[in-house]
Amino acid sequence: MTIGIVSYGAYVPRYRIKIEEIARLWGDDAEALKNGLMVYEKSVPDVDEDTATIAVEAARYAMARSGVNPSRIGAVYTGSESHPYAVKPTSTIVAQAIGTTPEMTAADFEFACKAGTAAVQACMGLVGSGMIDLGMAIGADVSQGAPGDALEYTAAAGGVACLIGRKESELAAIIEDTYSFTTDTPDFWRREGMPYPEHGGRFTGEPGYFKHVTNGAKGLLNKLGTKPEDYDYAVFHQPNGKFPSKAAKMLGFTKAQITPGLVVPKIGNTYSGSCLMGIAATLDQAKPGDRIFATAFGSGAGSDSFSITVTDRIEEIRNLAPTVSELIKDPIYIDYAKYARHKGKIRLA
Amino acid sequence: MSSVPRFWRSLGSRYNLEGTHCKECGEYFYPPRNVCVNCRRMGELESFKFKGTGEIVTYTLIHTAAEGFENQAPYTLAIIKLDEGPQLTSQVIGDPDKIQIGTRVKSVFRKLGEDGDRGMIYYGTKFIPADA
Repeated sequence: MTIGIVSYGAYVPRYRIKIEEIARLWGDDAEALKNGLMVYEKSVPDVDEDTATIAVEAARYAMARSGVNPSRIGAVYTGSESHPYAVKPTSTIVAQAIGTTPEMTAADFEFACKAGTAAVQACMGLVGSGMIDLGMAIGADVSQGAPGDALEYTAAAGGVACLIGRKESELAAIIEDTYSFTTDTPDFWRREGMPYPEHGGRFTGEPGYFKHVTNGAKGLLNKLGTKPEDYDYAVFHQPNGKFPSKAAKMLGFTKAQITPGLVVPKIGNTYSGSCLMGIAATLDQAKPGDRIFATAFGSGAGSDSFSITVTDRIEEIRNLAPTVSELIKDPIYIDYAKYARHKGKIRLA
Repeated sequence: MSSVPRFWRSLGSRYNLEGTHCKECGEYFYPPRNVCVNCRRMGELESFKFKGTGEIVTYTLIHTAAEGFENQAPYTLAIIKLDEGPQLTSQVIGDPDKIQIGTRVKSVFRKLGEDGDRGMIYYGTKFIPADA
């Protein structure tokens, strides 16, 4: 059975804060941070934007590209680590806002930065088994970084929705296969009721990101019998610019393969939207027949790898909604005071 | 803000700009009406989803915000004429200096408010300048 992406939609809030501005407040060396992280600015949600509004906007763009009747969608799954409610699904809000209710199932996913790709896999399973016709998988976040913490330089906001289906004439990209690599690795967490996550500093690198990304990627390459050079593009979870660049090199992928999907330097880490944002930015410019290799990573920890082949239909749907580069052009830069207000870091009496 | 059931009953119009259209006289209504004001009992109303595009008829800039909106002040409240005809009041997001009478706008999905830290979060439609 062929399963794939019928359409996709991305959303990135308009506001940005530069690394220099955050470093100015905390007395850090902005140049050293930019060189180390390969991130220059990050997206910031408006005061009335959250994971639900971002997920809805991304899903509506995916619907605009697809042209399908919303009643055909049998599942909406939203992955995030910043769902607005602790109990009350974001996915029901999205489903209502795109008109798929009531004959469908919905649930929220959480797996740090890879909850969105976990939702993609769940939709692949339901679509592939014939339980549903189409499934909407979303990764969206308004990620949190404590004031003064290293995360504050990269924790950003954005989301991507993928409509998963099995009707070959409708597929803009075929997902040939997926492979996951998961262990219990406490590299990053947020306890119930706590406003900001905790992380293991450098421990998040080797035992977290690199172990899971490289093993997950190698697992899928071995499963399919493919090599890095068989792919035109590659996307690796992008918590910063340095990690995916290093992971690509370790696996044998080139800089040219990852560059189209490497959006983190301009918008920061969109967490559950991160890898999907790279896939969306790559689909925005890929040609029919191109192959894309993608590995998402979520702390805690695990990775989901995908092998994707773009079809002729990409040309028909691409311009029916804004591309990632269109979404991130013309930003509004704000200072730390406005950023603190937008992120709710200032508590009003 | 409002009671939870009261808001829930208007989810369709709040989220998706769902109104009504009279097949008899052609007039569109937002929020939805059960009876056409022109045709009365002779009217035939159908559900209608507005495109979400229109223009600003008039606006005001709020500096002294209502309770729950303090974090957003100053913000623009406008009367917007939808392209299909009906007018509605909504917040318009964006730089107040770029909002004028006649500015073309399009709908977006945003947080309308929330009942403190423990209560419900209200979502729905706001507008942004169409060229934003």
